[in-house]
Amino acid sequence: MSRFHNVAAGGLVASLLVAVGAGIGLAAPKPQAGHAAQPPAVVKKIGIGREATAEEIAGWNISVRPDGQGLPPGKGTVKEGEPLYVERCAACHGEFGESAGRWPILSGGAGTLASHDPVKSIGSYWPYASTVIDYIRRAMPFGAAQTLTNDELYAITAYVLYLNDVIKDENFELSDRNFATIKLPNQPNFIDDDRETTEKAFWRKDPCMKNCAAGEPKIIGRARTIDVTPEAGKGPKVE
Amino acid sequence: MSEQQPPKSPTSRRAFLKAGLTAGGAAAFAPSALAGALGGGDPANQPPNIPEWTRSLGDGVAVRAYGKPSKHEAHVIRRDVEWLTASRESSVSFTPIHELDGIITPNGLGFERHHSGIAEVDPADYRLILHGLVDKPLIFTLDDLKRLPRVNRAHFCECAANSGMEWRGAQLNGCQYTHGMVHCVMYTGVTLKTLLGEAGVKPNAKWLLLEGGDSAAMTRSLPLQKALDDVLIAYRMNGEMLYPEHGYPARAVIPGWEANMWVKWLRRIEVGDQPWHHREETSKYTDLLENGKARRFTFVMDAKSIITSPSPQAPVNHKSGLTVLSGIAWSGRGKIARVDVSLDGGRNWRTARIDGPVWDKALTRFYYEFDWDGRELLLQSRAMDETGYVQPGKAELRKIRGVNSIYHNNGIQTWYLHKNGEIENVEIS
Repeated sequence: MSRFHNVAAGGLVASLLVAVGAGIGLAAPKPQAGHAAQPPAVVKKIGIGREATAEEIAGWNISVRPDGQGLPPGKGTVKEGEPLYVERCAACHGEFGESAGRWPILSGGAGTLASHDPVKSIGSYWPYASTVIDYIRRAMPFGAAQTLTNDELYAITAYVLYLNDVIKDENFELSDRNFATIKLPNQPNFIDDDRETTEKAFWRKDPCMKNCAAGEPKIIGRARTIDVTPEAGKGPKVE
Repeated sequence: MSEQQPPKSPTSRRAFLKAGLTAGGAAAFAPSALAGALGGGDPANQPPNIPEWTRSLGDGVAVRAYGKPSKHEAHVIRRDVEWLTASRESSVSFTPIHELDGIITPNGLGFERHHSGIAEVDPADYRLILHGLVDKPLIFTLDDLKRLPRVNRAHFCECAANSGMEWRGAQLNGCQYTHGMVHCVMYTGVTLKTLLGEAGVKPNAKWLLLEGGDSAAMTRSLPLQKALDDVLIAYRMNGEMLYPEHGYPARAVIPGWEANMWVKWLRRIEVGDQPWHHREETSKYTDLLENGKARRFTFVMDAKSIITSPSPQAPVNHKSGLTVLSGIAWSGRGKIARVDVSLDGGRNWRTARIDGPVWDKALTRFYYEFDWDGRELLLQSRAMDETGYVQPGKAELRKIRGVNSIYHNNGIQTWYLHKNGEIENVEIS
């Protein structure tokens, strides 16, 4: 992320300002080698698309950020959330967030991330509580998205955070006013993409062409022995 | 003789191979059936006989108003792995890359990844809202998008979890499953830069949020720098309007970056000054390392290649002699510069022949023709891109990324070619 921040803070914004300030709505896009020429550069704004009304935007703008931007007004307690969760969520996620079958697990797994069998739950893995309320708001319950009231949303979120021991008091009332105070424990363990430094060795001038490893190669693993491949000839029916 | 002939419509190439070998063995004792038995099929349709399709009229024009592949190619379909996910609405199907050639994926065969099923959007009701840190929030109809200057770009689209089931070892026996979460089509659309120019971006803008209109309202944060570089809002694929499973009527195309960011059924673009850290960029699509830390915003797809034929689902149908090895290579950092092939499990490499266009962040087709002596081989391919990145071996990759990452597995694949032409997904030391 920092890379982008740095770039954005420097040359990028400056060039944008020039472009926008000069009334250049469209600069020529970068050509793709091997493809035909680019479209004509347009010198000023084209003026296609009408102004979106505040009401239109409000109806679709459901995104919530870690700093609390986008939180809808509302409130709900852990206690209020429990029956809602049991009714609307538990069939897939399990009564305690432990997951039923292959549906996503919501709780548990503390201390497992560095093990051979990591459990990536909200409490053990997710960096931000805002992600929980944002995701429930936009996509849950599965198959009945965007049907919860704001108060139901806060109550269910409070209960899910309670299942993860992030909220410990069942009388706690979660709201847009206190939401930003909720922190998840694993947040410091996320690092920005560092492949270009930690994997620098993968940029090689002259990859080995002859006698690149000693001895005969040995087969150490076979997909066949695991036997989980769908059978040949079987598959979805096509008309 | 009839029971010794191969099935007319083999259910799999492996079944075909086995049947062919049986028939071939019998042919030595029945010279009259030699032609049919050696090449397979029904001798009644082969020289010197006149085949049934020559003796009668076929379908007229427009009977097949929208064409489909031959009925003999009905096995060339997207397939899923049922045990992978809890439901088909939130799941993935795989491109049959072992059955394709060239670099363009047919519109009906590109892998699918939906989070809450396919949104069936009425184009008359399609709206795209662009708002946030802009001078003027805008709303576009589909016709609006089509009135803006168009560009055509062919790009690969690869799920970050492609090959994700192979982190701990060889698991799925077929490149459709190990490498089939990739496709490459020619998109037509408008650059995101054009749209942003229409709205006017505020100086403090740094990130965008792309949001889909499906029942998951799928979102991803996108750095503004990338948006202004080469991102498209596309409405056509290979000349046709997008298929519903690929985001009809409009989707984001983020060249070289993980497919999850290519938001389908795109309904909203919000301009902001920081990322949103939504579910698909925190809980998912972050790469857990061995020490318990996780990489985030690992957008770029590293250079990768795979031999698509021969491969477990596309065995060798001859016992020896000239053999065509074919595969695809791609890199999210630019063009493919070179592909090397090994027949001995990575001990020695030769440079493959690239044929067809070599485009920026697109699939590139390579071939290697060799005289197979009928012995067992360990086939591998290794891609290099124009930045000098060389596709690593699986052991090298695991050394840095561990085996818990799920995402971004671009290690070198090994296929074990047996004497009978069968191929097996293996890992070697």
